[in-house]
Amino acid sequence: MNFGFTDEQELLRREVRKFLDEQCPLGEVRRIADTPDGYASEQWKQLGELGWLGLVIPERYGGSDLGWEELVVLLEEAGRTLFPAPLISTTLAASAILDSGDAAQKERWLSRIADGSCIGTLALIEESDVVGSAGIRLRGEPDGGGFVLRGEKHYVADGVQADLVVVAFRTGDGERDLSLALVETGATGVEVAEARTVDRTKRLATLTLDGVRVGPEAILGRPGSAAPAIEALFDRGAIAVTAEMIGAAEGAHALTVQYAKDRVQFGSPIGRFQGVKHPLAEGYVDIESMKSLLYYAAWALAASPAEVPCAASKAKGLASEAFTRIGVTGIQLHGAVGYTEEYDIQLYLKRSHWARPMYGGEGYHYDRVATFGGI
Amino acid sequence: MDFNFEPEEEAFRAEVRRFIEENKPESFDPYGGRGQGAIEEWNRKLAEKRWIGFSWPREEGGGGGSLLEQFILKEEMSAAKAPSLGSDFMGLQWVGPALIRHGTDGQKRRYLPDLLNGRSYWCTGYSEPDVGSDLASLATRAVLEGDHYVVNGSKIWTTAAHVAQDIFLLVRTTPDTETRESRYGGITCLLVPMDTPGIEVRPIPSLIGQHSFNQTFFNDVKVPVENRLGAEGEGWQVVMGALANERSGISESTSKERELEALKELARRSRSDGRPVLDDPSVRRQIAVFETKISAMRLNGLRYLTRQLNGEHPSSETSVNKAISNQLALEMSDLAMKFLGSEGQLAGAEQLRSLAMHGTVIGGGAPNIQRNIIAERILGLPKD
Repeated sequence: MNFGFTDEQELLRREVRKFLDEQCPLGEVRRIADTPDGYASEQWKQLGELGWLGLVIPERYGGSDLGWEELVVLLEEAGRTLFPAPLISTTLAASAILDSGDAAQKERWLSRIADGSCIGTLALIEESDVVGSAGIRLRGEPDGGGFVLRGEKHYVADGVQADLVVVAFRTGDGERDLSLALVETGATGVEVAEARTVDRTKRLATLTLDGVRVGPEAILGRPGSAAPAIEALFDRGAIAVTAEMIGAAEGAHALTVQYAKDRVQFGSPIGRFQGVKHPLAEGYVDIESMKSLLYYAAWALAASPAEVPCAASKAKGLASEAFTRIGVTGIQLHGAVGYTEEYDIQLYLKRSHWARPMYGGEGYHYDRVATFGGI
Repeated sequence: MDFNFEPEEEAFRAEVRRFIEENKPESFDPYGGRGQGAIEEWNRKLAEKRWIGFSWPREEGGGGGSLLEQFILKEEMSAAKAPSLGSDFMGLQWVGPALIRHGTDGQKRRYLPDLLNGRSYWCTGYSEPDVGSDLASLATRAVLEGDHYVVNGSKIWTTAAHVAQDIFLLVRTTPDTETRESRYGGITCLLVPMDTPGIEVRPIPSLIGQHSFNQTFFNDVKVPVENRLGAEGEGWQVVMGALANERSGISESTSKERELEALKELARRSRSDGRPVLDDPSVRRQIAVFETKISAMRLNGLRYLTRQLNGEHPSSETSVNKAISNQLALEMSDLAMKFLGSEGQLAGAEQLRSLAMHGTVIGGGAPNIQRNIIAERILGLPKD
């Protein structure tokens, strides 16, 4: 029994933190967030060179051959400084290919993802109020050995930045007649339009597929049998986003604690008042709990897959409500300066608006937890 | 990360399960405590295994159990709803560990055997009428006169003082105003038989009419010097220096799991406005929140246990799970009362449990105290 990170994992955490503190402090985050791309391609290349874009990719495809525990470490640190880059999207695309792709597909895409020359993403959901595979309605019409795709995908993370999109679509009338295809954003009939976000460190797009042909070589797995893979992607998406949320929640919480120590009113640092210290204590309790739930879910991915759906939902359910609460508390305890553009705390609140519904908010996840718990 | 146990740990788990299967009494009143034949028999068997005082050193008569074995033992006992590991809660939690660290050979010989074989019955004298969470300001005085102390003052919330044989008593031997280094400096610990002349116990009925705690008065109570535990002025260290006890809070999270099972049962048979309460998505969600937080408690505990195994000494962190546990107790009880509707007005077992819950929540350090501890000791915010 050992519920802690290894020395190597802790070393990775220190390295990532050092890199981000040096290369991308919050001032730099703000600058990058104002650029059209929303990420710095130079930094992206460096991440590839450091092996951090291929943490979960096997060595034979140019990856570091590590696992989700290491990925969680990377994403927590990325979240702490609101690092603007298509990290989660690209990792999930790689995960989809690893999970369902054939040898040729892996050969073709994984090393490019690992070295930073290909940005990937997932296009799963279509409407904002339906999470999970039930929300996939886009139809693929059979065409030779492949399909023709026609329809729209919304809330596609980093869609404009991506070279490659893993698109979920429906290939039959059965609830689980689902498939996954690899679509290059440069292909004929593909259109990506940015959907402007509040959190400029995170980008979303609407993907329009207007008669896009996907041949058999672009289908991931057997057509019509992708439902389990898609469900796994939702779970992994929830785990990845939760990892970033925890880092960001810690970042927001640390800023607020520091402010409570520094700001003097009524002749005393405001952190002396119970009305200030108690919500901060509650934030700490939430962060500790989120971490425990998330680390367990990440461990289960490799060691106990049957537990993943429930573990992921507990983590993302709590994170969705708690990170939002920590962001709101942060603004409120900062008082008027919390409402300014200048203070960084607002960046974290905006991040919570992005992260909360991503791969399901607390409503979706707690409902699953209730079902798993026999209610 | 690895949530699996080593073969020898699994073997110990199997031994615990076997013990429970063979020895767990078929029926006992979980609130009845001592005096029940079944519980006395259970304690006797535990003592044979050295599972009372399981973590205490073997040379003192304890079980010498490791942190992980403690965890496994508690987890299995709690999961099987077995009676607790000995009935003398105060004695086992406070007195034994303090004796082992600070007791003289004579004191150990006098008190440890009874603690370990389940015959002792201790109460503790910490809180006073004007001293609640701020223990350092306690005022019960002990003045040294020759070979004994003379104690005057009063203690409150002394659970079981009306039935206990001895009291583990904190007194002030140096006035608050004269202690230089710290307010804790003038506090001393005494071990006092409850039948000593001058001790008077007055019951304080709880809000459900139960007699569990008391106010205890000390009027010129003579306590021999050899009953002092540790040096004069060292009382605070005596109380605080616990042994390396397993701090995962595993029993707390398994007992919350059981409470949640009961709440789900109640939810399944409850209706509101003629419809099952579980038709309401917000009710489902609230139960899922409880489920999630109970998992978090268990996993937080395992993370802290891992740190302990690595030689760290988590202390304030235990407030995290206490804070969650308190909040859960309040919210789960609130939901149960909602489910009961008009039935909530009746004096049934469920209703009384919901009221009794407040005692447990406050007893473990009221929720706001836990928040203060976290804010001040972990986050480093200024004390108020």
